[in-house]
Amino acid sequence: MHLPVQLTWLIPALPAVAAAVIAAVPARRPGLGAGLALAALAGSLILALLALAGALADPAARLIHTFTWFDLGHGAIRLGWLLDPLGTLLAVMVATVGLLIFTFSLGYLRDDPRAKQFFCFLSLFAGAMLGLLLANSLLLLFLCWELVGLASYLLIGFWFQRPAAARAARKAFITTRIGDLGLLLGLVWLQDATGTLLLFDGGRGVLETEALGALAGASTVGGLAVSTAIGLLLFCGAAGKSGQVPLHVWLPDAMEGPTPVSALIHAAPMVAAGVFLVARVYPLLAADLALASVPVHALTVVATVGAITALFGAAVAVAQDDIKRVLAFSTVSQLGYMMLAAGTGAWTAAIFHLLTHACFQALLFLSAGSVIHATHHEQDIRRLGGLRRRLPVTCATFTIGMMALAGVPFLFSGFWSKEAILHAAHGWSVSALPFHVALAAVALTAFYMTRLLAEVFAGAPRGHGAETAHESPAVMTIPLVLLAAASIGLGFLGTPWWPWLQSTLDPAFQPEPGGAGLMAVSIALVAAGILAGWSRYGRLPRTSPEAADPLARIVPRLHRALAARLGCDELYAATFGRLCTALAAATTALDRSVWDGCIRLLAQLGAYTGLVSRETDEDVLNSGFNAAGDGLRAGGRAYSRTQTGDAHGYVWMLAAGFVLVTLAVLLGGVR
Amino acid sequence: MNALPWTIYVSFAGAALLLALGRASPGAARGLALATALTGAAAGAAGALGFTAQPGLQTLVDTPWVAGIGIRYHLAADGISIVLVLLTGLAATAGVLFSWNVRERVAEFFALYFLLIGGVYGVFLSADAFLLFVFYEIAIVPKYFLIAGWGSTNREYAAMKLVLYSFAGSALVLAGLLWAHAAGGGRGFGFAELARAASALPAAQQVPLFGLLFVGFGVLAGLFPFHTWAPTGHVAAPTGVSMLLAGVVMKLGAYGCLRLALPLCPAGFAAWQPVLGGLALAGILYGGFVALVQEDFKFVIGYSSVSHMGFVLLGLAAATPQALAGAVLQMFSHGVIAGLLFAVVGRMVYDRVHTRRLDRLQALGLHRHLPFPALVFVLAALASMGMPGFSGFPAELSILIGTWRTAPLWALGAAAGIVVAAAFTLRVLQVAFFGPSEQATAAEAPPVPDPEPITWPERAGAALLLAATVYAGLKPDALLGWILPALQSPALQPILRGNTP
Repeated sequence: MHLPVQLTWLIPALPAVAAAVIAAVPARRPGLGAGLALAALAGSLILALLALAGALADPAARLIHTFTWFDLGHGAIRLGWLLDPLGTLLAVMVATVGLLIFTFSLGYLRDDPRAKQFFCFLSLFAGAMLGLLLANSLLLLFLCWELVGLASYLLIGFWFQRPAAARAARKAFITTRIGDLGLLLGLVWLQDATGTLLLFDGGRGVLETEALGALAGASTVGGLAVSTAIGLLLFCGAAGKSGQVPLHVWLPDAMEGPTPVSALIHAAPMVAAGVFLVARVYPLLAADLALASVPVHALTVVATVGAITALFGAAVAVAQDDIKRVLAFSTVSQLGYMMLAAGTGAWTAAIFHLLTHACFQALLFLSAGSVIHATHHEQDIRRLGGLRRRLPVTCATFTIGMMALAGVPFLFSGFWSKEAILHAAHGWSVSALPFHVALAAVALTAFYMTRLLAEVFAGAPRGHGAETAHESPAVMTIPLVLLAAASIGLGFLGTPWWPWLQSTLDPAFQPEPGGAGLMAVSIALVAAGILAGWSRYGRLPRTSPEAADPLARIVPRLHRALAARLGCDELYAATFGRLCTALAAATTALDRSVWDGCIRLLAQLGAYTGLVSRETDEDVLNSGFNAAGDGLRAGGRAYSRTQTGDAHGYVWMLAAGFVLVTLAVLLGGVR
Repeated sequence: MNALPWTIYVSFAGAALLLALGRASPGAARGLALATALTGAAAGAAGALGFTAQPGLQTLVDTPWVAGIGIRYHLAADGISIVLVLLTGLAATAGVLFSWNVRERVAEFFALYFLLIGGVYGVFLSADAFLLFVFYEIAIVPKYFLIAGWGSTNREYAAMKLVLYSFAGSALVLAGLLWAHAAGGGRGFGFAELARAASALPAAQQVPLFGLLFVGFGVLAGLFPFHTWAPTGHVAAPTGVSMLLAGVVMKLGAYGCLRLALPLCPAGFAAWQPVLGGLALAGILYGGFVALVQEDFKFVIGYSSVSHMGFVLLGLAAATPQALAGAVLQMFSHGVIAGLLFAVVGRMVYDRVHTRRLDRLQALGLHRHLPFPALVFVLAALASMGMPGFSGFPAELSILIGTWRTAPLWALGAAAGIVVAAAFTLRVLQVAFFGPSEQATAAEAPPVPDPEPITWPERAGAALLLAATVYAGLKPDALLGWILPALQSPALQPILRGNTP
């Protein structure tokens, strides 16, 4: 049984309607809201599975259903749904991981009086995310994209009473909106250039040969092909959502939200949106590859940004002391890997890593949530420690997640997906640098994850929270176990011997031979990273929260810089922040002093004119007209009051301004 | 016969009745006012339903008025007028609902209110430039008395500033109209006659003529740098009047630009176009930046109006079919959303806590005391930021698509304006309603005088406006179905760009 494409809208609609209903349900019955959210998402999951079955039955066929949203005279704005392996597979992933996160939240937020709102926002988020994945129109994708941004704003700022959470929410929304600016302009340009925003439309869509040829054939500013320029604008949006340098700053702060939100935002669904967008519009990004004489190819930019982000995130994660912050930077780094893969042409590898990452990162965040829940909201790893006995299940699942993220060979999914990315980077003909950068990040990842594991679970408890910790309830640990199983099992969908996933996503996929040597190198690097981490942090566990980090003793300056996240936030505060404040102050001053000042000045002049007129009235005109003069004088007095004086001022001001502008136009505008 | 002209007559009759009968009791005056607003809105809706959209104005009433110089009492409508008449009906009804708590001289307040509304309806339905001008003046005068008589902060200054700006603008418009009239040999003020005469003028004359008309009307639309009346006026006005000022009065200016300035002088427009685009863009960004640092809640909304009206003016300056359609859509959208924002700030919040200073509001943590206004403001803020699902999104999207064709750089600047809008809207939302409660302990926090419960007129007004913005956001076709045929009118063809897809 397959899902008819006309009914695709049901998949995002179920959670969205649930969100609306939950909002209307009285707050006294929070259980009802949670149940509704779970049921709706479960329904979406079933439908998404049916859709996936339909898409897998014939991976090359794209089922589309389009409709007109509104007509704009020249070119209607059309929306539509698309069922293909890429979208449906990710929809299944989002619904599954989402369901586990929802279940976990039942336990995590049991005592929160605003749990109802929480499930409302979660459902809104899930609905928007599912819509984004199944859209056949960049505009529908953008609509859902914005709603995802809104939902994540609401979720990050859920504990808005904390100033840090309110700030983080705003930062996330505005930073991603800066990226969205590019995305929006890309859409506008695309609509202008092709007259449609549909992805596939029986030969007329923007991702089909005809439009791609036209877009790659035309050139624009700086010699760029139009397709390159549009592709890069769209990539701005992806970079904002997926936390790529330099728009990554919101991602680590977003952990101010409740931990299930961090899992939802960092791990699976939200940040994946950017990578998904790049994979979705890959034909557009790749359209300029055949052109030799362009200054830069869109994919080169994607790969470069990805490589920088992968290394940056991994390096900064080494020196963070907050358990969620370490994981947040690991997300940044892994997203960099995915972009790197997409940029080097292996978008299927990017999606493979996206799927495995969704599982193991959700696992890590929820395990961290379990730790935080058990230790009464202790997030500082210097005050944790010794939890392996107190939280055995969490310790086991966290270890599995850590191994998957670090890329421990053969058994864990992260190994296989990372291997596919390294393979692609190795074979990239443009430059070898991203490959070396990626290798460096592999070693760093293994190092910082070992550090995190050792600090949290090894040694003896170093704080009150850790000493009194108890394992979390089953409603929280069962999702962990399921995710742990997925973190192992998913890897076998895309091994070099049986690349099922890659060939399903891209029917043209050809597995490349070789790679055993490369695999050996990466295994050696992972081993080196883990050994280095264990020798520094595991062998001799930290004894007190105040003890200095071993790395800080060896390279204090570097450690300080990394701990300060290489100063990105400070840099932005000092540049964009200052600029914005200065502009706001300047415009206000302009409004209050200059415009109003001019007017007041002219008003004074007007009042003066009034005074002179009155004097003239009295001294010159009035003599001999006493009777009439009394009346006139009264009028004159009234006239000289400031209010009436203003009249002159305003009119003068307007007239003077008008004459100036007209002159400017006459002299400059008319030819 | 079409019901549209009755919008005007009902409003004026309502004003007269209010003066005659409404003094008996405030309750009677309120009831009469609501009945007038609803009847006017119903007449507009009925007229819209009985209206087939087609290019060009369709005459409703046409009789000679001052025969000697060719002035006619000529009412006509096209899809653009219809959209704005509907907006006026909505805004007038909501404004009455949010003025329910006016206590002094209620009958006079509403009489002036409907004098203004009648003028506004008249402007949107005139097909004779002189008649339009008369209605325009009728709409301006009551503003002064409404603000000076029932306003707050610095009201006399604001009222005078607003009215003088308006009159100065009118003076420019009048000069322009007389010029065009003279150029046509003094035969008449009909739109078509004026356009025929003015567009035949040499470019060197069209440039100043266009300037007179566009700047004259632009003053009322908040055209930078003639916008400073708007924030002070909005702040000083009583809530219902702020809603009308931002909701419909600013639209009068934009409507005048679209209806008269653009069609009359195509060559003048061509010369002015870069300047207009620049001024509109300046308004968008400038208004946004100023709104970012205001300490008075109402000033934030006032400057945001300047920013949002910048989008309307940008759409006019771009002059592609998509941009013009977007501009009209944005007029409707901003009319509804700005009304909602002012209603929350002025009526729901200020009348209960008696402060608009953001630092005070922050300490109160208002979402706990006033959950309903907080919810309404959250939704209105989303709409104002241009989130999908609300009317601002299709409007701004259409303007951007249309502007891109004329000048991609304008579209870039305008899109940056959307980010600034998100910044100032989120700031004011968080500070005003969701202030951190931990900061202010019970002792420090100023006590909230036990807030009066939210009344039914407030709920009804908020629901009405929210429904309008959501409906237009989800089904923009409902409005575009009227707007698009009107853009095919022969009068607009000389200035339209990009007619070929």
